[in-house]
Amino acid sequence: MMLSKGLKRKREEEREKETLAVDAWWLDPSLPAAAQAPPAAASSSLFDLSVLKLHHSLRQGEPDLRHLVLVVNTLRRIQASMAPAPTLPPVPSPPTAPCAADSLLASSDAALSASMASLLEDLSHIEGLSQAPQPLVDEGPPGRPVGGSPPSLGALDLLGPATGCLLDDELEGLFEDIDTSMYDSELWAPASEGLKPGPEDGPGKEEALELDEAELDYLLDVLVGTQALERPPGPGR
Amino acid sequence: MQPLWSQQAVLRAADIISTVEFNHSGDLLATGDKGGRVVIFQREQENKSRPHSRGEYNVYSTFQSHEPEFDYLKSLEIEEKINKIRWLPQQNAAHFLLSTNDKTIKLWKISERDKRAEGYNLKDEDGRLRDPFRITALRVPILKPMDLMVEASPRRIFANAHTYHINSISVNSDHETYLSADDLRINLWHLEITDRSFNIVDIKPANMEELTEVITAAEFHPHQCNVFVYSSSKGTVRLCDMRSSALCDRHSKFFEEPEDPSSRSFFSEIISSISDVKFSHSGRYMMTRDYLSVKVWDLNMESRPVETHQVHEYLRSKLCSLYENDCIFDKFECCWSGSDSAIMTGSYNNFFRMFDRNARRDVTLEASRENSKPRASLKPRKVCTGGKRKKDEISVDSLDFNKKILHTAWHPAENIIAVAATNNLYIFQDKVN
Repeated sequence: MMLSKGLKRKREEEREKETLAVDAWWLDPSLPAAAQAPPAAASSSLFDLSVLKLHHSLRQGEPDLRHLVLVVNTLRRIQASMAPAPTLPPVPSPPTAPCAADSLLASSDAALSASMASLLEDLSHIEGLSQAPQPLVDEGPPGRPVGGSPPSLGALDLLGPATGCLLDDELEGLFEDIDTSMYDSELWAPASEGLKPGPEDGPGKEEALELDEAELDYLLDVLVGTQALERPPGPGR
Repeated sequence: MQPLWSQQAVLRAADIISTVEFNHSGDLLATGDKGGRVVIFQREQENKSRPHSRGEYNVYSTFQSHEPEFDYLKSLEIEEKINKIRWLPQQNAAHFLLSTNDKTIKLWKISERDKRAEGYNLKDEDGRLRDPFRITALRVPILKPMDLMVEASPRRIFANAHTYHINSISVNSDHETYLSADDLRINLWHLEITDRSFNIVDIKPANMEELTEVITAAEFHPHQCNVFVYSSSKGTVRLCDMRSSALCDRHSKFFEEPEDPSSRSFFSEIISSISDVKFSHSGRYMMTRDYLSVKVWDLNMESRPVETHQVHEYLRSKLCSLYENDCIFDKFECCWSGSDSAIMTGSYNNFFRMFDRNARRDVTLEASRENSKPRASLKPRKVCTGGKRKKDEISVDSLDFNKKILHTAWHPAENIIAVAATNNLYIFQDKVN
């Protein structure tokens, strides 16, 4: 189910209004700086703002890692202090362009996975969701290689998107009112069906991943070997 | 005597200035900008016929250091913005500096040419090759004076060693090596060798999901060539000794001030993130800049700083707005005076702050064309934090957060400072001394 862009903007406006309200609270000179627990609305608004920032950061071709890390850590802090709330934030989608290990896409996607994993982990504690996301709590959805993946090939994260779990039928109903316009984003690959995890896909998927590992290794060797090669001139030069 | 600062010059750059650095003698001042250009200013020599021009900085050389590049593998453009410039100590008539963008460091040689050879045998005065059969006599070329020409040429290009964005470079006191730091790694280079570098710090976790901290700045100790420090986004500084092991993942010293529980907030980590770290000239202290303060640390005491100076504490109640407009992520630099008796850092509204460590006094000054006449001394500014605003005070809500002074530099020996305010470079001098 796709929501139109118009709806997305409306949601952003609502967030802005909430943020302004939060501002007013923060600017209240009678309140010591955050010594009191902020009102639930303020926390939720800050949470939304942080998620928005995270989205925006990850949409950059090369996200500012410092900015990303600080926003994610702040998001975790806010979430830790929030009481269980029914509002679920839209879950960001991963960029899917394949590239060699250690690329920033891998790192941005990994950070994305990090925020994803922690968000989902916390969501599992929220009342009413404790059963459904259970399989997702352990390091990602089924089908994504866990433990078996070599740590250096961070790009593998790209191949096992945590958002695959969103397509899980059990959860889809719960997320119905969530803005899914991220799926409209150019970052979302059209071939997403192929990435949908399932128990039967497990071994086959790992095989495919192994092949990709070999390809990535080869790519790495090529890169290392051709390090001294001149880059061709850029476009328009 | 307390210095009285007066504006000596305001120079408008073509683009936003992204770094400012005096050389070791203070005679040259280099600026880098967002467009990849480097502009070097030179201090005029004392001239009896023009006494007012003593100590004025004028443009000496301009060159394009970095061009925008395209990374085909990642389909990303690499910005040409100059992140840092560091001068090498001068060893002969030429000057050398390192300039870096996000990915590539370059060593530039800046040399003067004031003579030209004339009377070549094999080519004409206009450079065209002469027909060898036409040459009937040999002559000795003679050197003739010419207008001074300053040439900048790239001598080394240190590329392909950083996956993440380079935030710091620092020349070692051995004058042979230097370090470059990005978000997750620090590399050690030899100035003569461009095709390899040694990785000395790597904080990239095996699983990027576990990433919670990045490197924000790094610097070599001014005298001990085996010691360097690096700061993090979590407000910590690690001092490393390269003699202890090849990979300096384990620190020798760990500097962190415990968090004040009464001022804890959602933004505690962001405002504790260190944006700059600088050793004092003496090498005994180091200074860190976080969002709201500057701290001076004694290298022998890791538990807490010996001095904490508030830069703009009135912003603490505005953190949410500053988070919203991303100003809370601004990276301010800081610098020591030549004698280490004072420190300086920038703020918003084109304000910059100076702290006299001995006299325990601080002052807020403004870099502004409108509010200061050349050679008139700068008037201290004051921000009104609440209650009745006095005359000449500015209220917190009137501050312009787009006018930020991120980059400042202090002459190594005299009270001359360079302050970059967006496109403008201000040079202030102490009138009294």
